[in-house]
Amino acid sequence: MTPNLHLWLIPLLPLAGAAINGFLGKRSSRQAVSTVALVFSGAAFAMALWVVSQFSSLTLPYIETLAPWIRAGAFQVDFAFYLDQLSLIMLLVVTGVGFLIHIYSVGYMWEEGGFYRFFTYLNLFMFFMLTLILASNYLLMFIGWEGVGLASYLLIGFYFLRDSAASAGKKAFIVNRIGDFGFLIALFLLIKHFGSLNYAELAHVISPLHIETHAGLFTAIGILLMVGAAGKSAQIPLYVWLPDAMEGPTPVSALIHAATMVTAGVYMVSRSHVIFDRAPSAMTVVAIIGTLTAFFAATIGITQTDIKKVLAYSTVSQLGYMFLGCGVGAFSAGIFHLMTHAFFKGLLFLAAGSVIHAVGGEQDMRKMGGLRTKIPWTFWTMTAGTFAIAGIPPLAGFFSKDEILWQASRVSLIYWGVGVFTAFLTSFYMFRQWFITFFGEYRGEAHDSHEHGGHGHDSHGDDHGHGHGGVHESPALMLGPLVVLAILSVVGGWVGIGNRFENFLAPVFHSTATISADSFDAPAVSTESTSPESLSPASKSEESGKNTELLFTAISVGAGVLGFLLAWQLYYRRPELPTEIAAKLGGFYYTVLNKYYVDEIYAAVIVKPLIAFSSAVLWQGIDRGIIDATLDGSAEGAREVSDSMRHMQSGNIRSYAGWVAAGAACIIVFMAWMAVGTR
Amino acid sequence: MHLILFLIFGAVCVAGAVNLLLQHHPIDSALSLVVVMGALAAEYLLLGAEFVAAVQVIVYAGAIMVLFVFVIMLLNAGEEARSGGSRVAWIFGVPGMLIGSILMAWILLKHSGTSRVEIGALPGSPQDIGWLLFHDYLLPFEVTSILVLIAIMGAVVLAGHAQSQTRAIEKKEG
Amino acid sequence: MVPLSYYLILSGILFACGVTGFLIKRNLITIFMSIELMLNGVNLSFVAFAAQWHALSGQIFVFFVMVVAAAEAAVGLAIIIAVYRTRETLNVDQINLLKL
Repeated sequence: MTPNLHLWLIPLLPLAGAAINGFLGKRSSRQAVSTVALVFSGAAFAMALWVVSQFSSLTLPYIETLAPWIRAGAFQVDFAFYLDQLSLIMLLVVTGVGFLIHIYSVGYMWEEGGFYRFFTYLNLFMFFMLTLILASNYLLMFIGWEGVGLASYLLIGFYFLRDSAASAGKKAFIVNRIGDFGFLIALFLLIKHFGSLNYAELAHVISPLHIETHAGLFTAIGILLMVGAAGKSAQIPLYVWLPDAMEGPTPVSALIHAATMVTAGVYMVSRSHVIFDRAPSAMTVVAIIGTLTAFFAATIGITQTDIKKVLAYSTVSQLGYMFLGCGVGAFSAGIFHLMTHAFFKGLLFLAAGSVIHAVGGEQDMRKMGGLRTKIPWTFWTMTAGTFAIAGIPPLAGFFSKDEILWQASRVSLIYWGVGVFTAFLTSFYMFRQWFITFFGEYRGEAHDSHEHGGHGHDSHGDDHGHGHGGVHESPALMLGPLVVLAILSVVGGWVGIGNRFENFLAPVFHSTATISADSFDAPAVSTESTSPESLSPASKSEESGKNTELLFTAISVGAGVLGFLLAWQLYYRRPELPTEIAAKLGGFYYTVLNKYYVDEIYAAVIVKPLIAFSSAVLWQGIDRGIIDATLDGSAEGAREVSDSMRHMQSGNIRSYAGWVAAGAACIIVFMAWMAVGTR
Repeated sequence: MHLILFLIFGAVCVAGAVNLLLQHHPIDSALSLVVVMGALAAEYLLLGAEFVAAVQVIVYAGAIMVLFVFVIMLLNAGEEARSGGSRVAWIFGVPGMLIGSILMAWILLKHSGTSRVEIGALPGSPQDIGWLLFHDYLLPFEVTSILVLIAIMGAVVLAGHAQSQTRAIEKKEG
Repeated sequence: MVPLSYYLILSGILFACGVTGFLIKRNLITIFMSIELMLNGVNLSFVAFAAQWHALSGQIFVFFVMVVAAAEAAVGLAIIIAVYRTRETLNVDQINLLKL
């Protein structure tokens, strides 16, 4: 007996909060606005917990249909929600981390302008994200997909009076749209070939299909879905919007660009595993893009000096890991990393926000330093996050990253090698940030109590300067979520011990029909990739497989430790070394520092020609030259015709007579013609 | 015989009409018009329409043309002066009519068949005309009498004003 | 025995002369006389057809045409006199108050 979970409440509660704050918030007090926001997002979290409590009594997948939406012949799409293990995990992550960040934001944004607007957008974002997760068909997911893009645009450009923020918002939206184009084409292909966008129906239709048939179709759909995911989850080549998105307030960066929205692509790819399982080439594309992005972004992260930009590139890199996991068939490993990443990256961003708040709005790490003793809570929580992301056991990042690397090694050692090296780089730049920010001497400007708040409107970061006092710890509202997330970063990975996490998700990713009998893999998730190990599940190779696994684990931990040591050496023991090394590397260093000039290349190759084409051809040529000219020309022509006809009304009697005579002559001729013709 | 008479009087008609066009002074045009009407009366006679011929001479040539001549002399209309004219009239009107009439003539000549009219074909004696007029065409007859009445009144009104104005102008000049 | 068409051609010539005079001439009164000429031409064709079809109504119609012509001439000439009073001219090109 399946209880009615009223899943529809979960997205709609934040929507109600957004509506209330949006319409009434302008004239309400900050207390009222924040209460509304917290109540509604907290209610969504509470409902999610209640769903968890009911979970064991459900038959999965649990589908709740609200209302019909599109009925076009055989094609049918409803407003319906879908719950299985995968969406449950996503639900918990989004509502939980979202609620924590709401609490944090109350403290962080307390003195900012546009308070009610912020919380309206934040609740709106929650609504769209929850719709995305809980949708039971691709079309409703697409609505959520677009909606989170909208919320992201609104929130990135929150300080819209600043040019850079507005441009960053535009950039995010436009680059997202490019990805959405791929997504849409994939949806059209699905409709054309399978007649449905419903997860359940598609699984039913696609499962019996063999891997060799329709290979081209599935590969096409898979690659197009990946294009969409690359746009939303900031992978190569569509990652360029994420670093710019740091123009938004820090809680936004934490929630949207670390924990939830950017993971939508990973979720979507996992949801489409039925398709990807039958398209090995597409999986390879996903894995390669993931690996490349992870490595590429890590190299850029090493050189960044803005505390948030480091974390932004780190996010891109970690997302690459998630896609690598999905690309080698280890979908549950990708989702596991998604979950732990939400914890520690959300924590890192919030802690960074706390640091920024502490130093009065400064975001350049070169002007920080020695903050360890001044803001101890922030320091310890950020330490937890840094160790987690570096993959040091027994913190969360270790378990998830290791699982991905292990699964990747079983497909190709190249993936594993690049992944390990990227882990080393990750550890290095995170500890670099850690050392620069919290150790050494404080290099910032002295903040005395007579410093005015007007100083806070500096060119980068959020308008967060209120120079009251010197470096100070953040209020409890901000520290509370930090502590919670720090605890989760420590213990969050322990759910993965003993393959418990994969087993939990196994029913989701388990193909309902065996594709080829000998590719079924017993303990871990079934992978249809061309891995040699999957062919023979003999106990002996299991034994040696286990030893290999331990060896690889040791190597990846070693890489993390190595990164720590290198950062310790360069940024603590001998701080003058980095500048020397940078000078020696010269041009190469500058290229990396300037993000490999990717933005500039895009601007020159794509943006400029497009603008030139639009301006010269479409605007001048077609719009002005053809459309306007046609209209003006016809008006002009009418005017000229009437101008010449005007001369008939001359007032001259003889000309009138002449016209009459001419007309009469015409009629006479005509009648004569008729008369003659009839003979 | 019929043909010769027809041609003679026809030539007179045409000559008079052309002369009307060619003269500069309106009085000369008026007199040529009288000639045309006289010749037309003869044509009517050739066709046997006695009453119509008589009425033509009495009413048309005798009354209407006299009226014209009277007005010409009253207004002391002089020779025509050259003035702008109308391009439309010259370009479209005259050629149009010429072409139209030539076309008509050609068609008539070609397709007239064997219809011929004899001399004195239809004797229209006053009795016959009177009979028709007062029996079949009584209504138009009465209507035209009213029309003439209205015309008289109109002419009196229009010219009457003019008379008083003439007197006013003469007083001013005088 | 004259073919009917000869009469009709003569009528046509008279009519054409009337129209031409109407278009060419500058004096108002001469224009009026051209109108009379047109009417005469039409009268001739009426009588000719009456003779051909042996229908006396053709001549009746000529009667009516003459009556109308008389009425028109009377009123028209009165108008001409009135126009002359105000414009002091009989030149049709100078009577152009209708001009825009």
